[in-house]
Amino acid sequence: MSEEQFGALPREGAVETGGSIVEVLVHGTDVPPALGAPAGGSMARRRVAMLLENKMTVAGLVVIVGLILFSFVGPLIYHTNQTGSFLLRENLPPSGRFPLGTDPEGRDELGRLMLGGQSSLEVGFGVAVVATLFGMMWGAIAGFTGGILDSLMMRIVDALLAIPLLFFIVLLASIIRPNLVLIFLVIAAGSWMEMARLVRGEVLALRERDYVAASRVFGARSHRIILRHLIPNVMGVVVVAGTFIVADSILAFAALAFLGLGVPPPATSWGDLLTIGVDNVFNGFWWQLWPAAVALVLVEIAVNIVGDGVRDVVEQRLIRR
Amino acid sequence: MIAYILRRLLHAVFVVFIVSIVVFGLLHALPGGLARAQLGLGAKRLQVHELEVQEGLLKPLPVQYVIWAWHALRGHLGFSYKLNSPVGALLVRYLPRTLLLVGSSTLFALGVAVPLGLYQGLRRNRVDDHLISVSMLVFYAMPDFLLGSIAIILLNLDLPVFPSTATAFGLNLRADVLVLILPVLTLFLGSVAYFSRYMRSSVIDNLLEDYVRTAYAKGQTTRGVLYRHVFRNSLLSVMTLIGLSLPYVFSGALIIETLFNFPGIGLLFYDADLTRDFPVLLGVLLVVTVTVVLGSLLADFGYALLDPRIRLFEEKA
Repeated sequence: MSEEQFGALPREGAVETGGSIVEVLVHGTDVPPALGAPAGGSMARRRVAMLLENKMTVAGLVVIVGLILFSFVGPLIYHTNQTGSFLLRENLPPSGRFPLGTDPEGRDELGRLMLGGQSSLEVGFGVAVVATLFGMMWGAIAGFTGGILDSLMMRIVDALLAIPLLFFIVLLASIIRPNLVLIFLVIAAGSWMEMARLVRGEVLALRERDYVAASRVFGARSHRIILRHLIPNVMGVVVVAGTFIVADSILAFAALAFLGLGVPPPATSWGDLLTIGVDNVFNGFWWQLWPAAVALVLVEIAVNIVGDGVRDVVEQRLIRR
Repeated sequence: MIAYILRRLLHAVFVVFIVSIVVFGLLHALPGGLARAQLGLGAKRLQVHELEVQEGLLKPLPVQYVIWAWHALRGHLGFSYKLNSPVGALLVRYLPRTLLLVGSSTLFALGVAVPLGLYQGLRRNRVDDHLISVSMLVFYAMPDFLLGSIAIILLNLDLPVFPSTATAFGLNLRADVLVLILPVLTLFLGSVAYFSRYMRSSVIDNLLEDYVRTAYAKGQTTRGVLYRHVFRNSLLSVMTLIGLSLPYVFSGALIIETLFNFPGIGLLFYDADLTRDFPVLLGVLLVVTVTVVLGSLLADFGYALLDPRIRLFEEKA
């Protein structure tokens, strides 16, 4: 994003290419000219710089990137057979050949941890993206339209929020048989409501602002005001809330695995590994529980710390405003 | 105040209405239809048809909804063929135990989290604040079943003090208290982390407010400022969190009851899920949700009583 984009007119001109969601996401983090553009560097870049000043946040980001690399790049370097079962080497303790031992089917536990990380991280980040986009649209439309539609849409949000997430997804998962895509959609279906409520609140405050009125005077349509003015301005809070959706949906996915509604074997997730590990730790097979537990807790803590860091940056902006 | 209460009541009724539509919709989203789901795959077509006629499943959906809602309102939530009991009777037996579990863990959690958060807020960014934050984050980051399993490993296997299963709940008081300790502890640890985090940031926010500076300027003692301004205002925002936390606590109860075999509504739900006992599943879902709505209604009323802005001026909610 270059500096001159902060001038009001060039930016308006650039808008004519259409307000796709991708474009909003890419340009989303900058603040409209009415709020005053800072000198030197885009707002987004400044915020990233502020974020990286916080050592805890950097540590959190390093852990997240590390675990992503471990899960997705790891199997390319460390080859294991994760589909067969090997009865002669089940439940072996860690050794030179199996750094983290083997599972009850004789599969390599380290490779299993990588495989489980893939589905857990995919669900966490995937749900966050889907639930964020849907909740953001829902909230923006409700807040912007107002009136009866707003009340109705928000009562639906209230109702869905009142249903405890696990009860809801256990029931949905038992009506439709679980596979990774469906589990993913089911968790997303239960995770978008708080985002919608948050975005609606922001939009209610934003739509009274002068630049929105100005834009309307210029003849802008509703969908354009939502996409170009409201959504870019709520991106800060959205990113914060989205981060916490990542953490919550990884936990929900693990809870589903514990209830027997996880991914069907030989696929696995950290939650499935934990469930097996909890059973087998009573047999003394500690290596089947603790590595997965550490991985899950690490990613949860890291995501929460990054979320807190992003919130600090976003709120600093709010205070300055 | 009365207008506020009426408005909140109306809101709650409307939310329950929407929930009932969602639950009813799920009931009819069952593959192959409700009668087939209850009779199983081996049922003859004629039997399925008979049950459909008997249960009124051939009527138009809106008519069925009205009939179902009318029955639900009077406490008739259907009949569990798997457990051979009316769903209502099952709920009356199981719900109070879950309320005991959820209620006691939330109360203990508040009792610990509020002072803890206050302490952390006052010691912001010191070493002990960071230590507490990180250890709370560890509890917050763990799935409930892992936390519970660790509690079993430490307190039941290594130190055989507390029982890890609760099948015989309701026999005598002393045994029941012992049985409750591990499940309550597990739910408690998760909630403490949730509440204390919020209390801490709320205290920090309040400490920066102008009225705190004014109070100091008036010559009020530190203790007076902390109690009258910081503590009471922060407590108020934690109050709102109780209502919001209820759905999560019930979700946690589903896991904890399954793990400890505690015969509450969560275990009832889990077992019904395994046996595909749909009347029980939907009855529990409806009742849990109504409980959550009532709980947040109570939390809101408590908030309104404590907050003079609502009590005196009937501000718009």
